[in-house]
Amino acid sequence: MKALIATLTAALALTLAFAAAGGAAAAPRVEIHQFKFQPAQLTVPVGTTVTWMNDDEETHTVTATDRTYTSTGLDHGEKFTHRFTAPGTYTYFCALHPHMTATIVVR
Amino acid sequence: MERRRFMQCLAWAGTGLVWAARGGVLSATTLDVAAAAGADFTFGQISDTHVGFAGEANRDSMGTLRDSIAGLNALPTRPSFVLHTGDLSHGQKPGAFATLAEELKAVKTEKMFFIPGEHDVAIDGGKEYLSRYGAGTYESRGYQSFDYRGVHFVGLVNVLSYKPGVGGALGDEQLAWLRKDLEAQSPSTPIVVFAHVPLWAVYPSWGWTTADGEQAIGMVRRFGSVTVLNGHIHQVLQKVEGNVTFHSARSTAFPQPAPGAAPNPGPMKVEADELRRLLGVRQVQYTEGMKPLAIVERPLA
Repeated sequence: MKALIATLTAALALTLAFAAAGGAAAAPRVEIHQFKFQPAQLTVPVGTTVTWMNDDEETHTVTATDRTYTSTGLDHGEKFTHRFTAPGTYTYFCALHPHMTATIVVR
Repeated sequence: MERRRFMQCLAWAGTGLVWAARGGVLSATTLDVAAAAGADFTFGQISDTHVGFAGEANRDSMGTLRDSIAGLNALPTRPSFVLHTGDLSHGQKPGAFATLAEELKAVKTEKMFFIPGEHDVAIDGGKEYLSRYGAGTYESRGYQSFDYRGVHFVGLVNVLSYKPGVGGALGDEQLAWLRKDLEAQSPSTPIVVFAHVPLWAVYPSWGWTTADGEQAIGMVRRFGSVTVLNGHIHQVLQKVEGNVTFHSARSTAFPQPAPGAAPNPGPMKVEADELRRLLGVRQVQYTEGMKPLAIVERPLA
């Protein structure tokens, strides 16, 4: 009986962990609002596709600091997605307003 | 002249004003008086056309571009050439450069010179811009100099080194080129420098400055007459430092707030009739022997 409970508990924990990871991967999102990326730091599992949405009237870009990826100019309401396939700390900025900087941490 | 007084003068700039600086003192007169004075030649400045802009601040930026071109064509003296001081496109929207080139065919002038704004190079690091406008510039890098009737013109590129936390900058290679270019000039040669982002620190926290701009300004201080023209901030601002006068230009597409007057520098929404007073082009008049160049603002209304 004890062994069964332990097994069930482990299974439940695994399910919860999976749900948490799945939940995070479903809609990890960064809003661009008032010339800021929000949140300024977002942590996601490997393989996650992050979506950015520009809520400002001004046009912005999402551009990797090392320029390995960039959005086009995002007008109000436009979105950009990028999939992070390896662990690491990825900084990015707006190539039109370079004081706007933020980070994606991939684990 | 105090800033406040200067802004008041601008408020009645309905038919165009001439700003003339003599001995560092600014004076304003009307366009008619300036035209009567007679200039050796004039040139135009158009800036921040932002082709592809479709925001609330101006739903008809192509219409205001065409009106701006009509304003240039209506000048009493045909400009010898026209300078475009950057942000031709709005974030390199597909086809924007071609659309602008088509529209600019209507400008009645001999030649146009271009320098890029950050909107023209942000997405691809300048590839598309330089493939169109690099020809004839130094090693196809976008910066350039030329002489016209005794005046030495220098077009600088200060938007290609944007990185996190750093906006406008010229870079060491361009500064070395500029030093060499200016060395050949006599101190009595009038100098006109044009660049997109202001070379002087207008408002650094909004990116309205060039990190190493002071080095370039240092190189032109030995000349008797220096006029520095820029775009980027979508409004007329002026500053005088000894023999060097700085003039930022209106956009043809949308206005931006005065430095610090809003939480951020995004497009400024104003009433429709007010909008046309905040957009437009400018004419610059050069008269031999009169040191300062006269700047004539041409708002759309």
